[in-house]
Amino acid sequence: MPNSKLKQAFDKGKFVVTAEAGPLKGTFTEEIEEVARVLKGKVDALNVTDQQSSVMRLGSLVTCHLLIDRGVEPIFQVTCRDRNRIALQSDLLSAWVLGVENCVALTGDLPSSGDHPHAKPVYDLDSVQLLQVIRGLNEGHDMSGNELKGKPDFFAGAVVNPGADTEAAYELQILKMEKKIAAGARFFQTQAIFDPNVFAKFMKRVEHLKVPVLAGVIPLKSAGMARFMNKNVAGINVPEAMIGRMTKAEDKTRTGIELCAELIKSIKDLCQGVHVMAIGWEKKVPDILAAAGL
Amino acid sequence: MIVAERKLFEQIWESVKDLKSLLVLGCGTCVSVCQSGGEKEVGLLASELRMKSRLAGKEIKIGEATIERQCDREFFDSIKDKVNEYDAILSMACGAGVQFSAEVLEPVRVIPALNTRFIGVTVEEGIWAERCRACGNCVLRDYGGICPITICAKSLVNGPCGGSKNGKCEASQEKDCAWVLIYNRLKKQNRLDDLRRDAPIKDYTTQTHPGRYVNEAYRKPELEAQHAE
Repeated sequence: MPNSKLKQAFDKGKFVVTAEAGPLKGTFTEEIEEVARVLKGKVDALNVTDQQSSVMRLGSLVTCHLLIDRGVEPIFQVTCRDRNRIALQSDLLSAWVLGVENCVALTGDLPSSGDHPHAKPVYDLDSVQLLQVIRGLNEGHDMSGNELKGKPDFFAGAVVNPGADTEAAYELQILKMEKKIAAGARFFQTQAIFDPNVFAKFMKRVEHLKVPVLAGVIPLKSAGMARFMNKNVAGINVPEAMIGRMTKAEDKTRTGIELCAELIKSIKDLCQGVHVMAIGWEKKVPDILAAAGL
Repeated sequence: MIVAERKLFEQIWESVKDLKSLLVLGCGTCVSVCQSGGEKEVGLLASELRMKSRLAGKEIKIGEATIERQCDREFFDSIKDKVNEYDAILSMACGAGVQFSAEVLEPVRVIPALNTRFIGVTVEEGIWAERCRACGNCVLRDYGGICPITICAKSLVNGPCGGSKNGKCEASQEKDCAWVLIYNRLKKQNRLDDLRRDAPIKDYTTQTHPGRYVNEAYRKPELEAQHAE
């Protein structure tokens, strides 16, 4: 009997909080276990990234399992970069058997951006097709129509970038979001937003879709981090005023947490929840949530 | 056309420096157009090799020839006798031409001078760009004549990833985002609704290697030959 707490939280209309944890390179699991201890009871679910930024690390699947053992509900991030359709389907079945009930389907960064730039990129499926495949597995058949002996019941989500910068990229994000919903996405987590106006405009634009959206937020650690993301990360645009406050701040950590909390407060009424991508600051997530009144 | 680029001179020299004689063999079709392996490039490479061998104190006899295509048997007739005078052929054709030369001229040794890059077009003088990955199942009708399999770094068929920035690809700011190109083209054609359709899952059986194609008119004898075996 499936009991995804994440799904239940959405069903109850609760303001949902998710965060994100990245496994480390190697077999050292103490750090992720510590993150689980700190976040237990503070978030509805915790995304586990899948070889984030194409940097080879401990796998998302086994890390999800570690989280379950420690009382934190995981969201299994699955990218299309490293596995063909056979491996993807098999890993999804394996995840279900290990107790993972939530997943998020992503395209995945190119290998060239990571620490194995010479690797072969796979992209056998894209994120829309991966969602279709997950729906098929939930219905009890694989991609070839073969019947499964025992089937999962994943609560599947997807991602969207509300800050796409050209008309084409923006409209295509929405078009692809619609395809993802049609393919079975039940919730969305967004690329990090920093400007409440950009997010408000986006939420207005996707009002017709009636799907829960968790606003992605990243606490700033420094002005340099903001400038780096503005220059290099698609869809991220940290307003100058925010960068200015980080520059002037004496206690950067406190200001970073405050800014993130203020942002969450300002967008709280626009969406169904928030997704905190702390990038190394996972243990500070409870402070951010407390400051945001969550 | 097939676009290829010459290997670094040092790499070529390493692969031929111990030979006594060498025929630099150009190809007059694709690699001639993309200025990497035609008659002119044969002359240049042969001169460089002669200079290098003299400087290195080696005596290598270096000949030159260019045939119209190294991927067609009939064009080899003109050089068949000549090749016997050489230890090896340094082929300036694409990978297909190098292999076919080795097959037609067996047992003569054939060494490649180029790296084959892609099927592409001339963007402007001296610049070529990929336009087809030979996937065996052309989808250009659905994307305004812009191939997402080829131009999108991830070959995405249902829309862009989140990495499109200023209309460029996350892989490189020098490369256009295929999906921005597709959107803008279809918008001009009033066909944006075409993008709403779910793209079919890719069928990689059309990319089973090595590929083989038999023209319909020639198919029957081939089948008969198979049955006879």
